[in-house]
Amino acid sequence: MIVRRLVDGVDERLDGTSFIRRNLGKVFPDHWSFMLGELALYSFVMLLLTGTFLSLFFVASPAETVYRGPYAPMQGSEVSLAYESVLRISFEVRAGLVMRQTHHWAALVFVASMTAHLVRVFFTGAFRKPRELSWIIGVTLLVAGIGGGFTGYSLPDDLLSGTGLRIIYSAVLSIPVVGTWLAYLFFGGEFPSAELIPRLFVMHILLIPALITGLLSAHLALVWHQTHTQFRPKGTPESSVTGTPVWPKFALKSVGLAFITFAVLAALGGLSQINPVWLYGPFVPYSAPSPAQPDFYAGWLEGILRLWPNWEFHVFGHTIGELFLPAVVIPGIIFTALALWPFIEARAKHDTAVHHDAQRPRDEPVRSGIGAAGIAFFVLLMLAGSNDVLAKYLQVEVDTLNGVLKVLLFVVPVLVYAITWWICRDLHARDSAPIAHPPRVEFRRNAEGGFDEHHDEARSRGDVAATQGDREQP
Amino acid sequence: MKRDERVVAAALGVSILAALTLFVVYVRGGNPQAEGALLALALGGVGIGLLVWAKRLMPHIRDETQPRSKTAPATEADREAAVETMESGVEEIRRRRFLSRMLIGAAGALGLAALIPIRSLGRSPGDSLVHTKWTPGARLVTAEGTPVTESTLETGSFTTVFPEGFEGSADSQAVLIRVEPDQLQLPPDRIAGAPDGLVAYSKICTHAGCPLGLYLAATHELRCPCHQSTFDVLDGARPVYGPAPKPLPQLPIEIADDGSLRALGDFSDPVGPGFWEQA
Ligand code: FES
Repeated sequence: MIVRRLVDGVDERLDGTSFIRRNLGKVFPDHWSFMLGELALYSFVMLLLTGTFLSLFFVASPAETVYRGPYAPMQGSEVSLAYESVLRISFEVRAGLVMRQTHHWAALVFVASMTAHLVRVFFTGAFRKPRELSWIIGVTLLVAGIGGGFTGYSLPDDLLSGTGLRIIYSAVLSIPVVGTWLAYLFFGGEFPSAELIPRLFVMHILLIPALITGLLSAHLALVWHQTHTQFRPKGTPESSVTGTPVWPKFALKSVGLAFITFAVLAALGGLSQINPVWLYGPFVPYSAPSPAQPDFYAGWLEGILRLWPNWEFHVFGHTIGELFLPAVVIPGIIFTALALWPFIEARAKHDTAVHHDAQRPRDEPVRSGIGAAGIAFFVLLMLAGSNDVLAKYLQVEVDTLNGVLKVLLFVVPVLVYAITWWICRDLHARDSAPIAHPPRVEFRRNAEGGFDEHHDEARSRGDVAATQGDREQP
Repeated sequence: MKRDERVVAAALGVSILAALTLFVVYVRGGNPQAEGALLALALGGVGIGLLVWAKRLMPHIRDETQPRSKTAPATEADREAAVETMESGVEEIRRRRFLSRMLIGAAGALGLAALIPIRSLGRSPGDSLVHTKWTPGARLVTAEGTPVTESTLETGSFTTVFPEGFEGSADSQAVLIRVEPDQLQLPPDRIAGAPDGLVAYSKICTHAGCPLGLYLAATHELRCPCHQSTFDVLDGARPVYGPAPKPLPQLPIEIADDGSLRALGDFSDPVGPGFWEQA
């Protein structure tokens, strides 16, 4: 009864023809890799839920106070209200620590699954026309996700976060002409200013989540409207999509996945310690932790900083700070190139057609090679970002390791490109020209008691043709 | 019950039990590990239940093929009409030349006015990046405010110092190091500011501004914990390794008659990483 009235009500208001039926009956193609985007979506939901809880207890203030809470080693220390409130969430608010750690883990999973999703879309060519806008929004979401992670990780006002902030401040400061003004307007004055924490807080709980929610809605609406690319089943046209209807099976599976994601995040949050700010201590401007390691998504940026040569430029009596190239220009170029990739590729291939088929990586050796080389590049940068830890582990000098990494950074991507290209080429070739069946030869006994060879050319050719036609679409 | 049905029931049952237990744990004061684990069970039970339900208990519907777009593609005429509509609207506005220019002017002026609040976000940098709190005669004190004297440091040791009254100041932090006086190779105009092998440098790394944490007495090097820039203390804190592009500014000091250490003035250069206004 209720369902009937609901359906009627919606139908009368939103669409004369059955709006609900059309959308519930809409089919979604199924492939395990489509799960990655969903994973990102559900970790964002978890971020909103836990974040709302945390925001009720967090105090965004740098004002000094003396710690008198239950955490004994910190007793009597001078700390900021922000830091104190984080300790309170961790030790006094019931379920506070679980919420905080789940929030942090969810942030890591959010960025990681967006990255994996992006890699999937890249290698299957799912960004091609008409889905360029989805891709650009996706890249922006990734940047926003990293921004959300960074501002959040800076809020507790602990020693580690202070170090990260200082580096960002210095990067802004290094921008030619407007750098000092930008840094002062954005950070509220010379680092560390009293405005900093309240500002980061507004960014972290208002601006960035609002941006992500908006972009995410647009991203999902586009997917809904444009449908997924897919590995098309044999015999269906490219203008069609094949899969299971949304209701009820697909919906149930997706909600199931949401709950599994939540469960894993909750387990991590309860059982696996992350960012124990009480061990790092409160931020003081004159000390830094060693070794200092950022969250993984900032590792490659840290890597660029560590490997970049110490060039500082002096022009017309002005200085362009060392950080400008590695911390501003290079990441800017990387993200711009990433966002514009669909157009870059379309132009290089003179491709203006609309595509709905997902491609297999082997069918595009050049793109796959570039993608693999890019991944190698980022992995090396992440290694460089923890060169001090790595050097200790490998028992070599940091200088030696850096030297090696600098060389590898140029050599490895090229090699990876070549190898990937070659493998893709080979696989592709094998697909399109399966090894011809050996000609069928029959031996027949002849009247003299010997054997005659009978070559059955027609049949063996027929076999090959049948094999090609039958080739399964994955 | 079928086996799959039992699996779903069990998963949902676990979820119910875990949620109820979670309730008890919470009421009794809470425990992070138990909360996390129980929450995971409660959520995971629902997740697994739904997945098994969908995959095993729902009839296997054959994949369906649908056209990607339900609406008929626009014809050339449709597009023409759309362009036509847009253009005629613009034309209608453009027709009143003077008014439309005024409109653009108003939008521009409003845009400018909207930028003004940005100025409230921070004060002008002015020359604040060039100066610190060090003034001639300022006494060197530790972070706790204890004055540093001639005899505080042994050769080979170091401490963090601030101008008296500005303990903990971020831009004024300096390292004071004692080395063998004859080993110091400072330029002639700087040697006077490092009496008796006591030499002070800005503690802020010239790379990205991290406070330098490590003094390697054997090689007389200061090392930054952030990206391993290394500075040679004997040679005017010249960067010998890493991404830091320039030496640490020196703080000229003197030994006062009462044995206390005092600054002769501000640092020899602006402290920290490079910025545009720097010469
Ligand atoms: S901040 Fe010191 S090396 Fe980067």
